[in-house]
Amino acid sequence: MAKTKAKPVKGTTTPWSKAIKRDWQLYLMVLIPLVLVCVFVYGAYPGLHMAFMDYKPAKGYAGSEWVGLQTFQKIFQDADFIRALRNSIVFNILDLLVGFPMPIILALMLNELRFQKFKKVSQTILYMPHFLSWAIIGSIALTMFKPSSGLVNTLLMNVGVISEGIPFLNEKWHWAVTYLLIGVWQSMGWGTILYLAAITGISADLYEAAMIDGANRWKRMWYIALPGIKSTIITLLIMNLGKVMGSNFERLKAFENSMVKDFQYQLAIYIYNKGLSNQKYSMATAVGLFQSLVGLVLVLLTDRIAKAMGENGLL
Amino acid sequence: MAKNKEEDRSAGARAIVRFRVSDVVIIAFISILCLTCILPILHVLSKSLSSNTAVLARKVYFWPVDFSLAAFKEVFADSSMTYSMFFSVEVTLIFTILGMIVCTCAAYPLSKKRLKGRSVLTFLLMVPMYFSAGIIPQYLLYFNLGIYDTMWVLILPLIYSAYNMLIMKNFFLTTIPESLEESAFLDGASNFQILFKIVLPLCKPILATLSLFYAVGRWNSYADNMYYTRSSDLKMIQYKLYQLVAAAAESQTSSLDTGSTIESTPEVLQAACVMFATVPILIIYPFVQKYFVQGTMVGAVKE
Repeated sequence: MAKTKAKPVKGTTTPWSKAIKRDWQLYLMVLIPLVLVCVFVYGAYPGLHMAFMDYKPAKGYAGSEWVGLQTFQKIFQDADFIRALRNSIVFNILDLLVGFPMPIILALMLNELRFQKFKKVSQTILYMPHFLSWAIIGSIALTMFKPSSGLVNTLLMNVGVISEGIPFLNEKWHWAVTYLLIGVWQSMGWGTILYLAAITGISADLYEAAMIDGANRWKRMWYIALPGIKSTIITLLIMNLGKVMGSNFERLKAFENSMVKDFQYQLAIYIYNKGLSNQKYSMATAVGLFQSLVGLVLVLLTDRIAKAMGENGLL
Repeated sequence: MAKNKEEDRSAGARAIVRFRVSDVVIIAFISILCLTCILPILHVLSKSLSSNTAVLARKVYFWPVDFSLAAFKEVFADSSMTYSMFFSVEVTLIFTILGMIVCTCAAYPLSKKRLKGRSVLTFLLMVPMYFSAGIIPQYLLYFNLGIYDTMWVLILPLIYSAYNMLIMKNFFLTTIPESLEESAFLDGASNFQILFKIVLPLCKPILATLSLFYAVGRWNSYADNMYYTRSSDLKMIQYKLYQLVAAAAESQTSSLDTGSTIESTPEVLQAACVMFATVPILIIYPFVQKYFVQGTMVGAVKE
């Protein structure tokens, strides 16, 4: 996204004294975010050396012992960590499999709507879940999916499909499905924006030619709209692949209960529980570092792949 | 331009294809998805406006039964809820104002191609987007800085956002013609004068968009509220709501085990709390939505 490649533009060759005299106001401005970043982002980087220490809060950095890579060996032998890692990767991949195609399908459908008013209203409605916090979504889900009195179970029982409430959020396999589908629901509308923009860029001539050739609507979607947004799809897919190691703490927390720990226990929860609740700072820092590094490598790697495929990279 | 094309296409489509089965299929598909977005909220709203007995009898679907404002009265009477709401508003306001200042201070200089050292500065300001030290080092840092468990821990660490900076920088680069500023520069205007008198007035749409990004982002998140604060008077409304959900989820699970139906908070009250925290978003949402769409598109454009 940020192109930092230096281009030979005028100004780069001017001496510093002149540049500062001319643009001191700009340097003064940029100083504010720079200080913030140095204090709050870079300032936390030295703390990473806790991952290579047996850090004891009482002893501080100076009094704690260096242990090299022992902490990393320890976390990779920690069954909790392995479970969290497995869950994170599996759920992120499932999220991608279930959630990625939905905005594409939806964008293709929205594009075919001929009543502009209906299109506008439905877009407004479909974007809305994106603006709700996970706490709100979690509490709405709880009201909807309660086994005893939730709306979905009540309706299903009234119709007579089931005789006993389905534990949508209280049994791990049901939870997994519900959790994933709510994720799709939350992001599907918002995800259409870039696809719709790309579809608008497709030449109307192509559509007309296809119509004259007798291509019906589904064929036009398949042979014109879909290839037309291919590069957007690839770019977004690659961007999402880079997030496989990520872990959304707020989303996981909003769907937490003691029956689903087997699946809900993911990296963000591990770091929170070990680090902030149990004060195992070194372990939590090591896991955080591992997560950040893998994330960084994935982003750089996927960017390379995108560029090798002739698509726009992200960096 | 794009709009014209779209209209042309739909006009052309109308001339050739009449209302078909495929229209019905598509409209039905989209309508169902829209319903999944509306009905849950309508249901919670209905519950919050119904009487406790009607809710317990599972009579409430998408319309209040035995209309009652008792639950909302109780929410408003709960001083900790209203306090959290006001605290959220306060934090969000300060956060948004400071965030916009910081964002402009980063994006404007970096959008100037003539700025010496621009690539180094850009690099330094972009790294935070790709690598963070993680919660624990941050936690200890905030502790050492003395902002742990203060209001400022909810504001200062996040007011610089590389993502928002990128959007604003892209907007400056694509919208403000360089010649405009150059001529002002030759007329002897200073950088500040150009920014305040020429550039910012032309950037109102993106300023609105990014303020909303900041405001909604701050309003909705509660992870940092959990990590870095402890005092109950630093709880924002989303964190309050989260705690309510967490308690309700646990009691639901345990009641599933023991077969009892005792719950921590009556469902009506829970619903009222959810609506209390949701309604501010729902009210402003239809008006701000178009700015968000615009911002997302600007963010996707590469320099």
